[in-house]
Parts: sequence; C-alpha cells; structure tokens
Amino acid sequence: MSSFLQQEVPLSWYLLLSAALFSLGVVGFLIKRNLITVFMSIELMLNGVNLSFVTFAHQWNAVKGQIFVFFVMMVAAAEAAVGLAIIIAVFRARATLAVDRIDRMKL
Amino acid sequence: MHLIFFFVFAGFCLAGAINLLLQSHPTISALSLIVVMVSLAVLYLLLGAEFLAAAQVIVYAGAIMVLFSFVIMLLNASREERTMGSSAARVVGFPAVVVILAVIATVILHAQGLGVARLSDNLSNVKGQTNLDLLGVELFTKLLLPFEVTSILILIAILGAVALARHDGEEQERTGEE
Repeated sequence: MSSFLQQEVPLSWYLLLSAALFSLGVVGFLIKRNLITVFMSIELMLNGVNLSFVTFAHQWNAVKGQIFVFFVMMVAAAEAAVGLAIIIAVFRARATLAVDRIDRMKL
Repeated sequence: MHLIFFFVFAGFCLAGAINLLLQSHPTISALSLIVVMVSLAVLYLLLGAEFLAAAQVIVYAGAIMVLFSFVIMLLNASREERTMGSSAARVVGFPAVVVILAVIATVILHAQGLGVARLSDNLSNVKGQTNLDLLGVELFTKLLLPFEVTSILILIAILGAVALARHDGEEQERTGEE
C-alpha cells in the first residue's frame, strides 16, 4: 500500500498533456466545419488550461489554482448556455450549421 | 499504480481529443469530449483535487455536455462536410499551432524545480483538513465578492440564453399580427 501511495509522476508530464490538449483544441477549431464542434473545441482548450491550473496548484501547494479552475468552470457553464443559444438563433436564421456558409453579418 | 493510472487516463484523454477531431458526426464528437472530461476528472483526483474532480464530472460531463447533445438533437445536426478550411487557417493557423506547442513543450521540459505528483500528497498541512475545507474557506471568506459576482453572471447568462433562443418566435408573432 505504501508503494502504491509513494509512486511518483513528474508534473511536467501533466503539463505536456495539458499543452497537447490545448493544441488539439486549436487544431479542432481550425479544421472543424460544424458550428457545434467548433464550440466543443473551445471547451477542449478550456479543459487543457484547467489541467495546467490544477497541476500548478499541486506544485506550489496552494489552493488558488483550484479556485481559478472553479471559476473557469462556472464561466464555461455560462458561456455554453449563451453560445448554444446563439447557435440556435443562427440556425433559425440561416438553416445551416456549416461555418463556411455563415460568412455574412447581415442576411 | 499512479504511473499506470496516469498513462491510461492520459491516453484516454488524447484518444478522445483526437477522435473528436476525426469524427464527422457531432454526436460522436460530443461523446468523445465526455471521455476527455471524465479522464481529466481522474487526473484531477490523482493531483489531489477531489472537489474539482467531482465538479468536472457534474458540471462539465454532466450539465454542459447534456446541453451540447440536447442542442445537437434539437437542430438535427448531421454529418459535416469536409472542406479544407480557409487559406488563413492553412497558412497561419497550423504553423502557429506547431510553434505554440513547441514553445510550451520546450519551456516545460527545461523548467527547473518542477515537482512530482504523489497520491498521498495533500494541499493542506493540517491533519484532517480536506481539499474541500481549504477551497470552501478561501471561497467564502477572501473571495466572497467574486463568488457572488459569478452568480450574477450566471443569472445574466440564463436571461441572455432565454432572450436569444426565443427571439425568433416573437418575430413570427409580430408578422402573424400584421
């Protein structure tokens, strides 16, 4: 049991994972052509950054990083509600979700 | 064991994220995003953030992703058509992603003094004080104002979402009256 608890993982691996998740989110933002999946890529980026915050909270033995993640989650929830409402409004106006066809500010 | 957990769930994370990019159907993308979020919750647990692990599952994998799948079904989103994207994305975007990833990875790999994660680690030095105690005390004493402002933000977001989503119906009513 003690060996189970004492095993170590370098924090840099967690940070590399977070950087990889963020980059995959950016790539998704660039290559996805559906409005909803583009929005999901943004959530992926937010999650990658959250992992960094938790890792640094562990590194500095401080709870502030975790509080930051808590606030990011709350803001992400608000953002998802408003963003999806905007997507519904856009779909009603254009009848499409393809970002290539939503290229005008005004109908 | 910690190593095994890390590798398994980091693998799930990356596999879910890559699957999100490769799938052309939004429903499957949403499901892979849920895989990413639940694996991240396990990683938070490994890093000693129990409350955030629970919040990640409840708020992200629960509430936000349910909202996403609800909208996907409501709008009947079908397979996306693949285009090569804009030329700006090709010329500036992808090199920029590679540069960002390379810079971050170099900085992390050369960073001095980055510690290691152990399962027995706890943020608190006081015996019997849990992660949730620490978060709660900090949140409801020092950070009470930001916490309350966040609740107002969420209230405004709810009102905004309702106003945005029902806008079309009002217009139809107006044209119906005319």
